[in-house]
Amino acid sequence: MISEFIIQNAPALLIAVPLLGAFLSPLIGRISRDVRALWVLAIITLTTLLGLLVAYLVYTGGTLIYVFGAAAPTLSIPMDSGGIPIRIILTLDALSALMVIMTVTVGFSVILYSLSSDSRRSGLEAYYTLFLLLIASVLGMFTTGDLFNFFVFLEISSLAAAGLVAYKVEKGKAVEAGLKFLMVSAIGGVFFLLATGILYGQYNALNIAMLASMIQWTPLDKLALVLIIVALAAKCGSVPMHYWTPDAYSMAPAAVTAMLVVVSQASLYGLFRFCFTLYGLTLTYAVIGWTLITLGVLSMVVGVTMAIPQKDIKRLMAYHSISQTGYMLLGVGVGLAVLGDQALLSSYGFTAIEGGIFHIFNNALYKGLLFLTAGAVILRIGTSDMNRMGGLGHNMKWTMILFIIGALAIAGIPPFNGFASKFLIYESVFAFNPILSIIAMVVSILTLASFVKVFHSVFMGPRLPEYADVKEAPASLLIGMAILSGLVIITGLFPEFFVQHLIAPAAHALADQSGYLAAVLGGA
Amino acid sequence: MALAAPLSSGFGIWNPLLWLLVFVISLIIAYAVWRSGFSGYRKGTGRGRSYLSGNEEPAGGDVHIRAGNLYWGFTEGIKGYYQQVVPLHTGIMTDNLLWIFWVAGVLLVIVMVI
Repeated sequence: MISEFIIQNAPALLIAVPLLGAFLSPLIGRISRDVRALWVLAIITLTTLLGLLVAYLVYTGGTLIYVFGAAAPTLSIPMDSGGIPIRIILTLDALSALMVIMTVTVGFSVILYSLSSDSRRSGLEAYYTLFLLLIASVLGMFTTGDLFNFFVFLEISSLAAAGLVAYKVEKGKAVEAGLKFLMVSAIGGVFFLLATGILYGQYNALNIAMLASMIQWTPLDKLALVLIIVALAAKCGSVPMHYWTPDAYSMAPAAVTAMLVVVSQASLYGLFRFCFTLYGLTLTYAVIGWTLITLGVLSMVVGVTMAIPQKDIKRLMAYHSISQTGYMLLGVGVGLAVLGDQALLSSYGFTAIEGGIFHIFNNALYKGLLFLTAGAVILRIGTSDMNRMGGLGHNMKWTMILFIIGALAIAGIPPFNGFASKFLIYESVFAFNPILSIIAMVVSILTLASFVKVFHSVFMGPRLPEYADVKEAPASLLIGMAILSGLVIITGLFPEFFVQHLIAPAAHALADQSGYLAAVLGGA
Repeated sequence: MALAAPLSSGFGIWNPLLWLLVFVISLIIAYAVWRSGFSGYRKGTGRGRSYLSGNEEPAGGDVHIRAGNLYWGFTEGIKGYYQQVVPLHTGIMTDNLLWIFWVAGVLLVIVMVI
């Protein structure tokens, strides 16, 4: 009976559980710090299990619809609504499910890490409230089938993330970074709300499927799309709207930075979702596709070249986040550019989309891992300045090994997962435009060069006298990092298994607008 | 076997397990070569010490090449590029926001015209 209730309401519980956990966290923290830690761990474990359950239901049974307040959870269009889905509807297809898997996996690892790395900080009642709120909002962005609710979750994620970025204060530097993030998010939020209003004003609907069934590519629709693209591209840190990223990523605690990677991916998900599912073939796909490609190439090149001269380890990694976002925009952009040509889509467009989506998944794993290793180093030596580091491989062997795994993965070195997704992107993009593929490969080489620099300056060299007594990272930090590195290795060694069972269905779900519409509007 | 299937892009395939096998075989060969070498080395006899033209080996912190000194040649080689790009990263919030409006404006013109 209970299991039936959980299965039936799993999509709602997936958001409700971390929300409940967030708001009760300060209250429970009054008992003791240990009880709060157990509470947070229990909430993230339950959320992870729910996430995996929801993903299992989607991958085995197809798109999942959950309607709040309806007579039945799948009744998307009430009898007396005039054929309009008026209630709040969660819509989970294979792409949403994949993103949910990514979020709960990274969320679980970083919370495990954070319980140790941030245990001595003050203000933890607010910290864990915001952290769980951030996870709930990201899950909401991935699961909502409603434009306005996407905006609401986007805003919650922005506020929670800004608070977390500013959490350490750091003589005002972290607060400044949080404020920058908040301002960019606010502008992005206003753009997105304006786009939502434009579409609502025209079509009298907010449900994505309902809007998609009516959208016509009028000048107002074009304006709405531009606002959506700019808002979400800025939020995911695409060049030339990336300026907030290095500040926010470098000032936030390491666990928060790892989660910020997922937050950025959520905006990227929204960008792809609205281009493909909301607008689909109505938009001038070649123009919008090339727009994404241009943003992608700029992000790849500027991100990696700005990373190379950096001296702050987290700032360097932040620029690499921008660069990796470029690969995703490039892969999915190529798929969008040939969306209307079935022959080209089958030939390489679909593989490019698969590569882009696989890279989103892989990036969340290895980028999260890299930020956590950087956090472990900073925790032990108290600085993020690489000019003051060296020889830490003598004392932090496990952290070094985990860093190597993450570094090789991001650089696209076989057999790690970064290579598998880049392989799909290189080959498919080469068929579309060889120059783009060559740029992507050169960026990979520069990424490797950049991480060789980090490896050398942090871990290599003789044991420095000032770090002679540095200890290895605590066990719970290592466990959190080991979970992510294990997944990096597994997805790298068995890429076809993951592509076949997780990525290809997600790519199909993204490209198949009619399937999404049928799942929602056919549920009356 | 489905687990071990190679990844196909439609243009080529990638089999990480095969790559791993080749890597392991290479390691075994490298180990065999190493084993066949001279085995008279003894630790702590000074044989492993660096020879710096007869000078004393400096202390650990003095020989470590720090991050700021790495890739100087690369950044110097594309100095012109960095002179253009780095100043754009002013860190000033209003500049950052201006870029968002610029992109929105340019994209709006492109989408409306084409």
